[in-house]
Amino acid sequence: MRISLAWLRDFVELPESPEELRGVLDDLGLVVEGIERVGEGLEDVVVARVEQIAAIPGADRIRRVVVEAGDGPLEIVCGAWNFQEGDRVPLAPVGAVLPGGFAIARRTMRGVTSNGMLCSGRELGLSDDHAGLFIVNDQPGAEVGRRLVEVLGLAPDVVFEVSVEGNRPDAWCVEGVARDLAVRLSRPLRAPRLASPHGATPTASVAGARVEAPDLCGRLTVSVLRQVSVAPSPAWVAERLRAAGMRPISNVVDASNLVMLELGQPTHPYDLARVAGATLGARRARPGETLTTLDGLERRLATPGRGLGDTGEDCVIVDGEDRVLGLAGIMGGAASEITAATTEVLLEAACFDPMAIARSSKRHGLRTEASARFERGVDPTLALRAVARLVAVLEESSPGLEWLTEPLDVAGELAARPTLTLAASDVAGLLGTAIDAGEVRRLLTGLDFDLEGEDPFVVRPPARRLDVRAGLEGRADLIEEVARLHGYGRLARRVPSWPEVGALSDRQRMRRRLRDAAVALGALEVWTPTLVSTGEHALVDVGPPVSVANPLSAEESVLRGTCVTGVARAWLRNLERGRGDVALFEVGTVFTHPEVAAHPRRTRGGVGGASEVALPEEGERLTLVLGRAGDDAVAATVLARALLGRLALADVVVRALADAPSGVHPTRAAALVDRASGARLGVVGEVDPALVGALAGGEAPRRAGLVELDLDALADPTRATPAPRAIRVPSRFPSAVIDLAFVTPDRVNAQDLAHALAGTDERVESVALFDVYRGGAVPSGARSLAFTVRLCSPERTLDEREVAQLREALIESGGALGASLR
Amino acid sequence: MSDDRPDLSALADDLVNRVNALGSLDALREAEASLVGRRSPFAEAQRALGALEPDERRRAGAALQEARGRVEDALEARRGVLAAEERHRALEADRLDLGDVVDAAVRLPVAVGHGGLIAATQRELEDVFVAMGFTVEEGPEVESDWYNFEALNMPPAHPARGLWDTFYVDLGAPETVVLRTHTSPTQIHLMERATAAGTLPVHSVMPGRCYRRDTPDARHLVAFHQIEGLVVAEGITFADLAGTIESFTAAYFGPAITSRLRPGFFPFTEPSAEFEVTCTVCSGEGCRTCSMTGWVELGGCGMVDPAVLAAVGIDPERYHGFAFGFGIDRCAMMRYEIADLRALTENDVRFVEQFS
Repeated sequence: MRISLAWLRDFVELPESPEELRGVLDDLGLVVEGIERVGEGLEDVVVARVEQIAAIPGADRIRRVVVEAGDGPLEIVCGAWNFQEGDRVPLAPVGAVLPGGFAIARRTMRGVTSNGMLCSGRELGLSDDHAGLFIVNDQPGAEVGRRLVEVLGLAPDVVFEVSVEGNRPDAWCVEGVARDLAVRLSRPLRAPRLASPHGATPTASVAGARVEAPDLCGRLTVSVLRQVSVAPSPAWVAERLRAAGMRPISNVVDASNLVMLELGQPTHPYDLARVAGATLGARRARPGETLTTLDGLERRLATPGRGLGDTGEDCVIVDGEDRVLGLAGIMGGAASEITAATTEVLLEAACFDPMAIARSSKRHGLRTEASARFERGVDPTLALRAVARLVAVLEESSPGLEWLTEPLDVAGELAARPTLTLAASDVAGLLGTAIDAGEVRRLLTGLDFDLEGEDPFVVRPPARRLDVRAGLEGRADLIEEVARLHGYGRLARRVPSWPEVGALSDRQRMRRRLRDAAVALGALEVWTPTLVSTGEHALVDVGPPVSVANPLSAEESVLRGTCVTGVARAWLRNLERGRGDVALFEVGTVFTHPEVAAHPRRTRGGVGGASEVALPEEGERLTLVLGRAGDDAVAATVLARALLGRLALADVVVRALADAPSGVHPTRAAALVDRASGARLGVVGEVDPALVGALAGGEAPRRAGLVELDLDALADPTRATPAPRAIRVPSRFPSAVIDLAFVTPDRVNAQDLAHALAGTDERVESVALFDVYRGGAVPSGARSLAFTVRLCSPERTLDEREVAQLREALIESGGALGASLR
Repeated sequence: MSDDRPDLSALADDLVNRVNALGSLDALREAEASLVGRRSPFAEAQRALGALEPDERRRAGAALQEARGRVEDALEARRGVLAAEERHRALEADRLDLGDVVDAAVRLPVAVGHGGLIAATQRELEDVFVAMGFTVEEGPEVESDWYNFEALNMPPAHPARGLWDTFYVDLGAPETVVLRTHTSPTQIHLMERATAAGTLPVHSVMPGRCYRRDTPDARHLVAFHQIEGLVVAEGITFADLAGTIESFTAAYFGPAITSRLRPGFFPFTEPSAEFEVTCTVCSGEGCRTCSMTGWVELGGCGMVDPAVLAAVGIDPERYHGFAFGFGIDRCAMMRYEIADLRALTENDVRFVEQFS
C-alpha cells in the first residue's frame, strides 16, 4: 500500500524524518518496503498553450511546436502526438531540472531550436504514462504561465510503500496507519472533516434498499446525493490519489476512491437515473445468471469452481426489478456507471462476508481494491462515516451537493463480537516480559479497545478489529497488540532448556553415513528435479505418474518415480561438457501413485479434515551412477558393498535378478538382499542402455554402473538385519591360510557358498572369493570359485593335523551345496 | 489378365515365406528392395498396369496393392521379431552374474567426492539445533489440504492462503492434495504423534523440501528447502523464542551476527514475528543487499496459535509453544555468496566440486 506522508500528517503530527518514521513503522509491523519522493523538481514547470504545430522537413517522429507561456511565443521540438493547437500542456523551460535530475537545455534538432521541453506524466514523476503529454486543459485554474505545482496543488511529498499483513485489515488505510503511529508516539489522532445529511427529503421517499442474503451482506447502506455536478477533482484530491498510485477520473469516482484509501471503506456510486426503482438489493446469484462487469467480460454467476468447498456462491447487487447490477464488493456492471451527465447518485456503502468475497474473487479471477479489502474484513460500523467523508470531499467540487437525510441502513447478520478477559499476568505468561496493567490499558485503549475494570480487564475490541477472535485465541490476539505497540525489541530474551537431549534419529544417522560413504568413495552429490515431464517419467516403468493439476509447464508436470533418470541425465550433461568421468549420487524422494503403491498413505483430508484421502507412497533412495570410463556393473557391485559396509549390517548377498527393475540393464542387474530377512535393500548393475540412449538421443555413449539403495528398507531393522553388536578380539596366534577352488554349479551363489564355508567351524576366521574361472576342465553350467580361507584358534597355533581336518570339513560344507573340490 | 490374380497371390505367399526365413536385420535391409521395392516383382507388375483398360487397371491395381501389402506387413513383423532377437542376443552376450564379483579384482577409483551444498547446509543447521537440545523430524512432501492449511488455522478460501502459490496434485477431489508449501504440516504430524503417544513436550526441528508455484529466478526455485522448529511445553514464552533465535544466530552465523524480531503475521502463530539477522555482507553497516538497513530478513516465527494446539488435541491452557522457520537455500546463499540459486539444480560438476 502506498501511503503519503502529507496525508498521514492530516491525522497525526509527525515531525520525524521519513527515515525515522520508517524505523517506527517497521517496528509496528507495518513494514516499509520502499520510500519514494514525489513532487520535487517541478518548481520551474509552467502551463503553456499550444499555438501552432508544424512538421519538420525530413523528420517523421518529431514536430515543431510553438507555445505561449506568458513571455511570448517559444519554439519547442516535441515527439508527442496526443495534443492539438489550443491544448494546455506542462512546459519545462530551459534551465529547469526535472525529477530524477534531468536538466533541460537549449538543443537544436533538424535545424530547429528547442527552447524547453513539453512533458509527459512520467517525465514529471506524476504517473507512469509516457504515451503523450500530460494535458491539463481540465485542471481548474490551469492558466497560461501559472506554475504547475500551484495548478495541481503539488507539494513535495514522501510516499511509503507499506506492506500490511493479512491480520490488519484496520491498518489498510491512511487513518489506520496513523492510528498505530499515534499510539506508539503518544500523540492525538485527528479526525477528518465529515459532512451531515441535510434537507427535508428523507432518503426512503426516493430510494430503496433490501438485504435478501443477510449471511453474505452484513450491512447495506444506501444514500442519495442530489445536485451532483460531475467534474474533475480538486487538485489536492487528484494529488492524493496519484501519490497512492491511482488515476484521477472524476470527482465522484475520485471521492469514492479517496475515502477507501483514507478510511478503508469501499463505496460504490451508481447513476440513480439508471438504477430501476432507485433501489439496491443484495442477494445470492441464481444459476444461469450472467453479468457483464466494468472490464467488459461477461461472467457466469453461481457456477461452482474448482476451489476446495467452493459451491459457486456469488453475492450480487440487484436493482428494483431484481436485475443484477454488479458482483457485490468486487466490481460493478457497466449499465449503471457514473457518466458526465449524472446529476443524482445512489451511493452504496456496505459490508460483505469476507469468505464469500474471497471465493467469488478467486473463482472469477477478479481482484480489485474493493474485493481485497472486503475479503480481509471491513469495519461493519464504518459505512455511513465513510459516506459523510465522501460527501465532505465531493462538496468542494460539486457546490450545492445535497445528501438526503436518513440514509437507508439495512442490517444483515454480523458475527457476534467477542468479549474477552485479559490480565497483566496473561501478558507476562505468554510474552515472558512483565508489562504493567496501566501500560496494557494505555496501549489497547489507544487502539479503541474498550477496557472495563482493573486487572483483569474485560476487553471489547472495536468493530474494525475483525481479526480479534474469541476465547484463548482472542487473548493471544490482544497480547500480540500489546507486544506490537510496546515494541518487540523491548521484550525479554531467555534461552530455554529442558532435560531431554537433542539427537538425530537412527534413520538420519544412517542417511548421513551413506552420504559420507558415497563422498568418501569419490562420488559427487547432485540435486535433480522432483517435478519432471510425463515423457521423462515414462522412460522408467514405475506405474502411473502422480500428476500436478496446475503445473507451471509440461516439463514439470508429474512427480518423479525414480531418481535413476535424473542422475543419469545429470551425468550425461557433464559427459557432454567433457566432465563425465565422475560418479554422481542423489539421496532423494520418489513417488508412487496410490493405485499401485504397496503402502499408500491414508490421511485426513477434505474440508475440516473430515474425510480420508489416499496419498502417494514416498520412498527414499540413494541413487548412484558410476560414469567413469571403464565403470560397469562389476565396479558398481564392489562400490555397493563398500557403501553397505558402513552400515554394520549382518550379511548382504548380491543375488542375480531374473527380472531386473525397469531402468536397470536387464542382464546386468542383481539385488542386494539381506540374508537373514530375505528383504531387498537395493539394486546394483548398470543403467539400462536403452534409458541412457533415450536420454542421449541415440546410442548410449558408454556403460554406466548403477547402485540404488532403498533407505526405507535400510532404516528398518526387521529388513536390514544389524550385525551382532559384540566385536571379537582377534587371536594373538598366527592364522593358517589355505586356498580352496570349488567347481560350483551356476545355480549356487558364490556368497552362499562362502557363507557355508565360513559357518563350517568357529575357527574359520574369514573366507574371501579371489578367482572365478570358466572353461577348460570346468564343465559348462558351472564355474570354478576359488576362496582364500583363513583359519585360526584363539587358544593356540593350529597344527597341520587340525588344518587338514578343517580343510576336509570345508570341502564337506561345499559338497553339501553341490560344489566339488577342483 | 484375369488369370494374373492367382499368380499375384501365390507370388505374395512365396515372398512372405522368404521374409520369414530372413535371419538378421542386415539381411532384411538388404532384401527389402527385391521384396517390395524398386527391384521387386510388384514394381514390374505396376509398370505393366499402364497397358490395361481403365476398369481392368483398377481391379488389377487393387489386387497388386493387396499382395504387396501382405508382404510389407510380413516385413514389419519380421523386423520386430529380428530386432527383439538381436536385442536379446546382445543382452545375453552382456550377461554378468554379479554374485561372482571378486571385490579385490576391482580397485575403486580414488577420487575426491563432494557432498551437496544444500545437504551440507541442512546438516550444519541440524547440528546447531541438536546441540541446543532439539531432535530432527521429517515429513512427507505430498500433503492433504488439511495438514498443509486447515490444521494450521487456514480454512478453505482463507485469504492467507494467498501467501503461498500452491501446486495441487491430481488425486481425490480438486484441491484436496497439495505439494507442501512449507514444512509446517510436519509440525501437525509431530504434535499428533506426541499427543497420541503422550510424549509431550516436543522440541524438534523439521527440515525438508517444499514447493511453490512461482516462476523460478535467481533467488527462488520451484522446489526449495526449509527448516522449521517447534517447541511445545508448559511455561514456554515469547522470551524463549527470542532467546532461541538469538542463540541459533550466533552459533550458526558467528558471534558478530545478532537477530531482531518485528511484528509479522502467520495464521498459525500469535503473536507472530519476522526475524532478521545482521546483514552478513556489510556486517550491519548498511549496503545494497540490506537496503541500507543493516538487517536481512531470514524467516518467520511466533507463539503457536491456540487454535493450532487445539486442532491436534493439545490443551492450550496448559501448554504454550513457539515455532520458527526459514530457508535452508537462503542460508546457503548467504554463507557461500551464491549469485544464482538455479546453479544448484544444474549439477555442473565444476560447481559441485567446489563444495567441501
